[in-house]
This record gives sequence, structure tokens and C-alpha cells, in this order.
Amino acid sequence: MAENNSDKNIVYYPGCTLHTWAKSLSDTFIESFKKLDINLHELSDWSCCQAVFPLARDNIMGLVPAARILIQAREHGDILTTLCSFCFNVLRRTNNAIQTDGEIRAKLNAYLEEDYTGDVHVLHPLEILKVMVGFDKLKSKVTKPCGNIKIGPYYGCQLIRPPKEMKFDDPEDPKLLDMFLESIGCEVVNFPFKVECCGSYQIVQGEDMVADRAYAILSNARKNGAEAIALSCPLCFYNLDTRQNLITQKYTDFSPMPVFYFTELMGMALGIDEGLCGFDKHKVDPGILLESLQKSSDTQEHVTVKNDQNKLGVN
Amino acid sequence: MEELSGQNLNACNQCLKCTAGCSFVDNMDLLPNQVIRCIQLGQEDEVMKSKTPWLCASCFTCVTRCPKGVDLSRIMEAIRTLLLRQGKEHINLSGSEFKLPADAPQQLFVSGSRKLSG
Ligand code: SF4
Ligand code: SF4
Repeated sequence: MAENNSDKNIVYYPGCTLHTWAKSLSDTFIESFKKLDINLHELSDWSCCQAVFPLARDNIMGLVPAARILIQAREHGDILTTLCSFCFNVLRRTNNAIQTDGEIRAKLNAYLEEDYTGDVHVLHPLEILKVMVGFDKLKSKVTKPCGNIKIGPYYGCQLIRPPKEMKFDDPEDPKLLDMFLESIGCEVVNFPFKVECCGSYQIVQGEDMVADRAYAILSNARKNGAEAIALSCPLCFYNLDTRQNLITQKYTDFSPMPVFYFTELMGMALGIDEGLCGFDKHKVDPGILLESLQKSSDTQEHVTVKNDQNKLGVN
Repeated sequence: MEELSGQNLNACNQCLKCTAGCSFVDNMDLLPNQVIRCIQLGQEDEVMKSKTPWLCASCFTCVTRCPKGVDLSRIMEAIRTLLLRQGKEHINLSGSEFKLPADAPQQLFVSGSRKLSG
């Protein structure tokens, strides 16, 4: 637990999607961390991490981009953070491989002419919130608690698996996002499909497959009482929000469900400029739930949300 | 395949836990456990022509649950890698039959192309 965070530089790796497609994920993260007095140093001049961790044993060249990012980060601090679950998976697993596999470490260092042993800590913002800020402190900084929204925390794959290398949380029943949502005042709804795969990049092989995955996940969240879900990965957001129209086209019993990045909810709770949340870019309009959030002390409002759920439209 | 994946395929006792938890089995022609069985029986040809390795999205659910410590995601990648190194792309990103979803995040193009094309 660091009491004084102001002298600790946390290096932030945005990756290919965070300043463009998933701008609200990045902007609300940066603004929220400012409110929490955590210094972020954004890496300049970074390159793509390659998005997927190379799984073929001889593909050591596939680890070079992530190793470069880790080495670059070391110049600015000893903690590296990133929001996209794919980047997080690649950076943490690469760092782990450098720490634990002498052959990989030697080959990468020989190629890069470096002497890196894996001493940078790759931490997810949720881990930083838990360990460096503390959920109690986060709770004390909340000015607008999200009291009226029942949220299902969705973890997906790359954030939590494979558990031996990611060491993020219990891979079958993770709780970190649950704890975060509770601390900003959400009513957390547990649902078994919170660790199911959203379909990942497979939309390029067929929309149906992704519609089926998204339907299974969102229906399971709803069946357990969720009005919306919160997640951390742009590709999950794409499959579950941007392409939610695929579900409504295929499954007539499905009514739309809003999806939030966890950082958007954090930003709202900490009172940052709502314009940064980019709610106009969400395909499923979260409007009614947001109204409820702003009037979170009014319990009547909650009933209105439930009754109006079928009015949430897909753009 | 054993070398490229670093996995001992004989450790698998066909308990089917991997297949039970895989999200993509509805679309697969060989189930995840059958991929291993084929290789155990020397029927590599079967897995090389199967759709299954391309449908595996490296979600690591099977890896998490296998009681024998078999990392099936690395076996699927070994099969894809062998095919890609033979020039057999599953998706030709510059081909006319492939339609990029215009509204998708950069992350999707990078991950999809690294898994499915050469
Ligand atoms: S879970 Fe493991 S042991 Fe069981 S069938 Fe799958 S690979 Fe084999
Ligand atoms: S890693 Fe591949 S085979 Fe294993 S559960 Fe996920 S999609 Fe299925």
C-alpha cells in the first residue's frame, strides 16, 4: 500500500485502439486517475503490442514488440499499465516469459541488445485501484454514487486467463471488477457467463457466431437481474454493444441492454466531465440508466428504469 | 506439433472437459478433444484440414480447466502456424471475398489478421 502516490509514476501504454476507437475508455481513465491523484506517464512513440500473445514455442520474434514496450516503460517508472485486455494479456505474459524462461530472456536480450529481466510490474488499472488506492479510498472520493443501476461485471477471456500466467483473480469466479463496482455504489449482479468468451475477432469468419456468443452472455446477465453490464476491453465492447443489433435481428425475444466501460462509470461517480464518456458513441443508448444514476437518491426512479427497459433502442 | 506447441499430447486422457467448456463447438467439425485424439492416433491429416483450429479464438478456457495440464490453445496455434507457414492462409485480408467490418476497432484487425492470415 503506497500512502503517497504522487511521487510514483505509472507508465500508461494506450495501444492501437485507445486514442481512437475506444477514446472514452482512455479519457475517462486518465481523468479519473487525476481525481485520485495518481500520476500517469503516457508512453510516447510506442508501437503495437501485436494484440495476441504468440503461442508457438519457436515464435520468439513475436515477443519482440511487447518486450520493446516493457523496456521502454522501464525508463519512466516501474509500473506499466494498460486498459485493453489484449494488450494487458500480451504485456503481462511476455514479461512473465522473460522472468521465467531463460532461453526466451537470452534470445530477446541478444536481439534487442538489452539486459531486461522482467522487473517492470505490469498492472491492470483495477489492480492499481485495489492495491495502490484501495477501494475504501475510492469509495470516499465518490461524489455521485451509481446507486440505481444493477450492473453485471463482465470479465471475458484475456484479462483473467490463462490464470497461471495472468495471476489476475480466480479464473472461474473473479471478483475484482465486482469489488470496484461496489465501491462506486453500483448494485452488483453476479452471473455465471461473466467469464465466457464474447466471440473475440471471430466476426471476420461469421456474424452469427458472435451474435450467439453475445446473446448467451447478455441474456445470462439479464436473467440474473442485470440492467446493464460493465467491461474493460474494446473488442468485448464491439461484440456486446456496437454489434448488439446482430442479436436483436436474430433473437426476437432479446431486448437491448446498455454496456459501459468500467472507467466511464468511475468517471461519472467521481464527477468528471460527462462529455468524456462518449455515450453518444454507444450503440445501445444508456440514457435512461444515466438519468437514473444522476437521481440516484430517488428510489422511485429505479422503477421507471425497469419499466422503460424495452424503450432502450439500438441506434 | 508436439514440438511447436510444447505439449505432451499423451497426457490427455480424453476427459472432455475442454470440449464441454469451449464456446465454439457448435461450429467445429472436430471437437477440441478430438483434435488431440487424432494427433494421438497419428491422423494429423484430419486436423490439418479441419475448420476447428481456425475457430479456436484462444480464449484459454480449456487451458484453465484441463486436469492434465494440457495447453490446447498452443496445440491449436501449432496447427495454424504449420498451415500458415505452408502458405495456407485461412483469410486473405486483401482478397475481394473478404469484407472488413467498417465499424470495428483496430484491435480486431490486428488480432484477427495475426491469427488467421500469414
Ligand atoms: S481437458 Fe485436457 S485431458 Fe481432458 S480431454 Fe481436454 S485436453 Fe484431454
Ligand atoms: S482456447 Fe480455443 S479450444 Fe480452448 S476453449 Fe477457447 S476457443 Fe475452445
